[in-house]
Amino acid sequence: MDAEQKHIADSGQFLTQLASRISYLADVIGDSRWYALDTLLEEVTFLRSAIFELPAKELFRRIKVLDERISILEDRAAKEITPVRMVNIVRSVQRFTLQDILENIYDSFTELGGEEDCNIDPAVVVARATISRRVKKKIYRHQVMVIGHEKGMGEEYRNGGCAKPWGNDKALRYMKVAETEGIPIHFFIFTPGSYPIEDFPGAAQQIARNIYAMSKLEVPMVSFISEGGSGGAEAIGLADMRLMASHGYYSVISPEGAAAIEGRIREGQKVPRELIEKCAEQLCMTAEDNLRLGTIDRIVQEPPLGARRDDYDFFKRLRFEMIKATDEVVLSTKSFRAFRAYALRRQVKKHPQDSTDDFGVHISWNLSDAEIERLLELRSQKYRAMGQGYIELKKQTIIDTSTLKDKTKETISRLYYEIKYGLLKPQKKNVQKVLQEVTGEGAAFLSNITEPVKAAVDFLAGPQEGARQYSDEAAQISIFNREWEQYVSPLANEDRTVSCPNAAKYGCLDLWVPDLYGEFCGVCPACGHHFPLEYQWYLQNLFDAGSVREFNNHIISGNPLKFQGLDARLNRDVQRTGRKSGIITFKAKLNGIKIVVAMPYSNFRSGTFGSAEGEKFIRACDLARTRRRPFIAYIHTTGGIRIQEGTLGVIQMPRCTMAVREYVDSGGLYIVVYDNNSYAGPVASFLGCSPYQVGIRSSRIGFAGPRVIRETTGQDVPPDYHSARNALMRGHIQGIWDRRDFRKNLYDALQTMGGPNLYYK
Amino acid sequence: MDLNLNELLRQYHANPYEDHEICTPHTGIVTFKVTEGQHTQGPSGQWLHKPGTLLFILERENNPKRITAKCNGQVAEIRHEFEGKFAEAGTPLLKIRHRLTKDEIIDRILTEVLTVFPAPQKARYYLPPDIASQMEKGGETSISIKPGDDVLIMSLMKRDTLLKYEGMPGIIYKVYFKAGDLVEQDAPLLGICPPENVQFVQKIIDRIKNEWED
Repeated sequence: MDAEQKHIADSGQFLTQLASRISYLADVIGDSRWYALDTLLEEVTFLRSAIFELPAKELFRRIKVLDERISILEDRAAKEITPVRMVNIVRSVQRFTLQDILENIYDSFTELGGEEDCNIDPAVVVARATISRRVKKKIYRHQVMVIGHEKGMGEEYRNGGCAKPWGNDKALRYMKVAETEGIPIHFFIFTPGSYPIEDFPGAAQQIARNIYAMSKLEVPMVSFISEGGSGGAEAIGLADMRLMASHGYYSVISPEGAAAIEGRIREGQKVPRELIEKCAEQLCMTAEDNLRLGTIDRIVQEPPLGARRDDYDFFKRLRFEMIKATDEVVLSTKSFRAFRAYALRRQVKKHPQDSTDDFGVHISWNLSDAEIERLLELRSQKYRAMGQGYIELKKQTIIDTSTLKDKTKETISRLYYEIKYGLLKPQKKNVQKVLQEVTGEGAAFLSNITEPVKAAVDFLAGPQEGARQYSDEAAQISIFNREWEQYVSPLANEDRTVSCPNAAKYGCLDLWVPDLYGEFCGVCPACGHHFPLEYQWYLQNLFDAGSVREFNNHIISGNPLKFQGLDARLNRDVQRTGRKSGIITFKAKLNGIKIVVAMPYSNFRSGTFGSAEGEKFIRACDLARTRRRPFIAYIHTTGGIRIQEGTLGVIQMPRCTMAVREYVDSGGLYIVVYDNNSYAGPVASFLGCSPYQVGIRSSRIGFAGPRVIRETTGQDVPPDYHSARNALMRGHIQGIWDRRDFRKNLYDALQTMGGPNLYYK
Repeated sequence: MDLNLNELLRQYHANPYEDHEICTPHTGIVTFKVTEGQHTQGPSGQWLHKPGTLLFILERENNPKRITAKCNGQVAEIRHEFEGKFAEAGTPLLKIRHRLTKDEIIDRILTEVLTVFPAPQKARYYLPPDIASQMEKGGETSISIKPGDDVLIMSLMKRDTLLKYEGMPGIIYKVYFKAGDLVEQDAPLLGICPPENVQFVQKIIDRIKNEWED
């Protein structure tokens, strides 16, 4: 082959690259006609077909012109990157995937739990890998567990990185393996969201289990987000250090989904492009937005138009960042770390933009017991502090005596409960235990002596009346706290009848509204269908009269992202309900038992969780822990995470789960009762992780609604897909309660699950 | 066979419709939502969860109840005198003329010519292995049975009971269930046809399939 022919052959390869660059640009912009990209592609196609026909000089000239034009367009596109274009970058088929990361960042890896399509869920890849660092001339190798989503390079079976419930279960299984082996975990998030199906173990319930386990997993964890789609991302996203790709997105919902909700677009109709772009901007989903909001720790810089599969410099950078992040997490747990931390910082300062192979210092990633304890404490602090700056509090005067009084009262009571339960109770329990043992031994010893005497007495006097009659307290509990003073729903003030939705099936007669919402408590007497009732009914009828004491009412729902239109909607709900957030937290008594309750309700933004609601939930959980009280999450309704708060809403999932985990670990009794509709984020985190979950009859529980399931999976679901009965059959809840027995059942549950002390440790 | 095939088909050709009379389920004020000649659709969707065409609204005690079509067809007759007026329970208000489909006609004719073996109780049913394998080899109409033969296995709570056939001797012409399905009590399990009528029945079906247009 002479030189000219070789150049022509190289040109063929170069033209292929040009075609790939053009199609990538079209992907990023979302328009193949942007600055005549389609014409450029035609030109490339023509040159490829005429490569041996055109004179070499002419060919090289035209290729050069094309290359220059494409470079100019790339520069222009890089300067005009909008949030929607970032989403396009992430979704491009040329974007790097987990497979590229495994091959380019880690020295070696072994995939666990299946390979390619022979896999329980090909969308989730788990690998045991080694990663090495150079210190001077010495190479140190670290063992890590890599868990992430694999979008696939055009492989349909990867399902676009949407993890199925059993895929998340696989991730959890290997997280526990890593914990057993004491090796750090590197998470790589490349998911548009979880696959929203309820089949066991269930999308929501499995994510909840993952987050619950990760909140106290005893190994360092670092996550890297390229495409962070809401709950799917959180399933492997709760880490000690969260990195994010500069051209990635991390969001509560896809911009298309948000636009469909905001624009009230009907199913099957096209969502306007402008609305999608507007929503993408308002959701604050980019890396810079997330860093500003504090939902991630650091950004890993990509090339101007995003990293592709052959951007080896980026992989080098990512490798450096992953090692550095793990080092930082490990160092943060150590008592003596100043010099190593300094050495690490110096190395980073030396190479601010580029990465280096030489870390200058070796840090072992093994942790001692004390360091693990510190790691968990830091993790807890990190998530509890996350997004705190965006929580809105009620405006107060400069010197507010009531606040000072409340604070003093709170401090004193905290001190009192710490002494009572933290210091005295364990001692009391120890003494009781010893006494119990001695009494038991004594009784067994004496029984040998007293048995013959007792037998003789029984023979002469006849057998004594048996065991003491225990009264069944629970059976005596009425539906209402007081029969003569029951609260009647205002829904009952209408003179009309309604038809039961099951009338055709069970022949239920029409119901007169005053009867239905009065005497029948909103329950069809024929089939038991539960008509929705307002939250006030429960507040009045479920707890002991006058025992409900609300707290933290000064935390109010705000609009931290300044989402257009949200302020007006919040104001409308405030006017309508007289409340300032979508959750009510209160102390109450149930047949004398003191409990703490968190209650999201339907009338305020459909019970969605934002920063305020999450904070109130956490504080309620903490109060229950301090005061050693059972904690009840009664979900009147929750529509999920409030999308208008973006990732500030999403982080309520790990934040609240962390609080719940700490409450349960300290011995608390946490019961979740679902009513009406309970969907999405909360069910997939701090509600779904409860060991005791029950549903009120006719409630609907799930991860995503039927429309989202249809749009995501392409399959329709039966009308009763999310019913409490199906949730029970799938094992997501442990029972179904009738509304009329709610008070009695809750009391029973407190007695049986809580034990005599209602706080089982 | 005393069925006159030509006469039967002539009857169906002459009047291929079935009229469904829609009556008020209870008393109330009527507001019609369809007009004569309008096509109606029955419940649809995979689980028949989407209600059919709204026919009229019946309001009682401020409770407007939507009465929808239960079958496909055409509104044939409306009693307009009830528009906006009070109607007693069970009052016929309109008729839907439903055109019988090919399958519906075949099913109707088969119920006349076949002897049906119904399910004695709600249980899972299977064909005995010898019958099942014979059927697999020779097709559905290859099994002839006589009184006293074991024709079915009824499985209830993991206990299998053999069911004996007690009707007239014949050939299993149609199996109405899938092995292992839970079948309701009295639902048809097998359709038995005397051997001399098999050709006749097949002829009916073939003719309907060829001559009838849905």
